[in-house]
Amino acid sequence: MTALVTRGLTKRYDGVNVVDSLDLTVNHGELYGFLGPNGAGKTTTIRMALGLIFPSGGEVELLGEPMFRRGRDHALRRTGALIEEPAFYRFLSGRRNLEAFARAGGDGEEARRRLSRIDEVLEQVGLSPAGDKRVKAYSQGMRQRLGIALALLGRPEVLVLDEPTNGLDPAGMREVRLLLRRLADGGTTVFVSSHLLAEVEVMCDRVGVLSRGRLVAEGPPGNLRGGAEHLRIEVGDPERAAAILRALAGVAGIEGEGRVLRVHLDGANPAQVNAALVSGGVAVSALVSERDTLEDVFMSLVEGSGVQG
Amino acid sequence: MFRVELMKAWRRWRTYLLAAALGGIPVLIVIAVKLSPPTSADSGDAPPFLFQILRNGLFAPLTGLAVIQPFFLPLAAGLLAGDAVAGEAQAGTLRYLLVRPVARTRLVLGKYGAAMALLGLLLLWVVGCGAFWGGVVFGFKPLPTLSGTTLSVAQASLRILAAAGYILLGVSGIAAIGVCISTLTDSGPGAIVATVILGITSEIVDQIPNLRVIHPYLPTHGWLAFTDLFRFPVEWGGMRGGVLISAAYTAVFLTVALVSFSRRDVVA
Ligand SMILES: Nc1ncnc2c1ncn2[C@@H]1O[C@H](COP(=O)(O)OP(=O)(O)OP(=O)(O)O)[C@@H](O)[C@H]1O
Ligand SMILES: [Mg+2]
Repeated sequence: MTALVTRGLTKRYDGVNVVDSLDLTVNHGELYGFLGPNGAGKTTTIRMALGLIFPSGGEVELLGEPMFRRGRDHALRRTGALIEEPAFYRFLSGRRNLEAFARAGGDGEEARRRLSRIDEVLEQVGLSPAGDKRVKAYSQGMRQRLGIALALLGRPEVLVLDEPTNGLDPAGMREVRLLLRRLADGGTTVFVSSHLLAEVEVMCDRVGVLSRGRLVAEGPPGNLRGGAEHLRIEVGDPERAAAILRALAGVAGIEGEGRVLRVHLDGANPAQVNAALVSGGVAVSALVSERDTLEDVFMSLVEGSGVQG
Repeated sequence: MFRVELMKAWRRWRTYLLAAALGGIPVLIVIAVKLSPPTSADSGDAPPFLFQILRNGLFAPLTGLAVIQPFFLPLAAGLLAGDAVAGEAQAGTLRYLLVRPVARTRLVLGKYGAAMALLGLLLLWVVGCGAFWGGVVFGFKPLPTLSGTTLSVAQASLRILAAAGYILLGVSGIAAIGVCISTLTDSGPGAIVATVILGITSEIVDQIPNLRVIHPYLPTHGWLAFTDLFRFPVEWGGMRGGVLISAAYTAVFLTVALVSFSRRDVVA
């Protein structure tokens, strides 16, 4: 079964498709990284997936239930979410907040199960000592942890987390990564958005890259990087070297940073590059073949930096 | 939803401030009357009940109700109903309630129910504070009605509770308007202020003779009819009208709130 499916999902704001014909499929039990620069449409997609905002077109299915029909509540009950940032009643303690959200959904068996898990989830996010403090007095990282605790409270089959490591210290980030990995290994589906490539790369089974509301790439982090390689070359005269290489067949592109050039190859091999430079009279002090990182792929996919919108 | 709302109110300073302000009013009245017994000469511009409170502690809760109604009641309705959904939106907790999930209909109705319950508790609190301090300072005696007959202490107490009940029904329309405004904005204070202003404007318009044609349709028009409970025999006409108007406002504005909220994008 698939945990989350979107078909042709579109959201238009002021005539612009902020999410544009998005087709996503997140399988049961996988840890899916949803990557994209600021303004790419990640949060908007997540809001539609959880039924908070209505799509301009297309559809969403969460745990097999169409989001904008009757079965949605059944699906939402089995889902935990962190949307954009955590939000709590500031005048209540962390523990009482979890209690309030547990009870708000009704007072049956399900609410009781959530109530009985409060200590456990506080422990899981390392918040046990601060559970009885008012949220007013929490640091940003503590609020973030409480947000994750709330998402975990219902022992969800699907976790939808929008930038869960936002505001966490490095140790906290690592804890969260390990926690998500552990949950996914235990069968929970985790859909996590991020702009932190390194984070997504080390923990996710599959990554989708969103740019201007469109999915521009998708696959396991390893595949996404592909076999693409580039050469890192240190030379005495970078301008001359660039001119020589531009004339060489099988070179796809050259970027320079001072005396270091990054040469993307498309057919040529490192030996040919070296030979061409040396015969052209350029002193080569270092030549290393490097695999493209996810960052390289990402930057080329999302076309530069800055806010999208 | 409803129970959680009461739990939240219980742990909020605001609730106690409101209770202190409202409960303090009958107490202030008792103190004021005790310190400077009004003579019949200057009772002309004092509220009608104020003169007789001197002789009877039962007047304290009744005067308390009459005094809080024009201003503090719309204020309380604004704070409780106006903030109901908008306050959650502003805090960001609205989206977490909706994905919990709390059905949108249940959320709006639960919020309205909780606001009404708290308004009812506040009114009881005012009656309680007035009865306690009025009783301690002046003692209870049979209550003269506006028609010259008297009510026994037990009968009068029942009528005072009935008056509180009628006042609660009277404010239900304003509370529904408040909840409706609350679903349309993400600003808690904005919705509170809008609700209070609408309530008070309605009362002001109700005082302008030139606008007499619309008076019967104002949500606050029937508010003072609770005094008819203290006539002999009781005149039901004014109160029946007041209840009908409140019911109409409640039905219309709750429907608008439910419909608009059910298709609104929740981005806050
Ligand atoms: N309510 C709204 N009205 C108008 N435009 C909106 C609204 N919400 C989002 N947008 C626009 O939609 C685009 C996508 O926003 P979204 O919040 O989904 O981005 P994001 O990928 O989550 O970015 P970030 O990484 O900064 O969180 C942005 O250009 C934003 O300006
Ligand atoms: Mg976002």
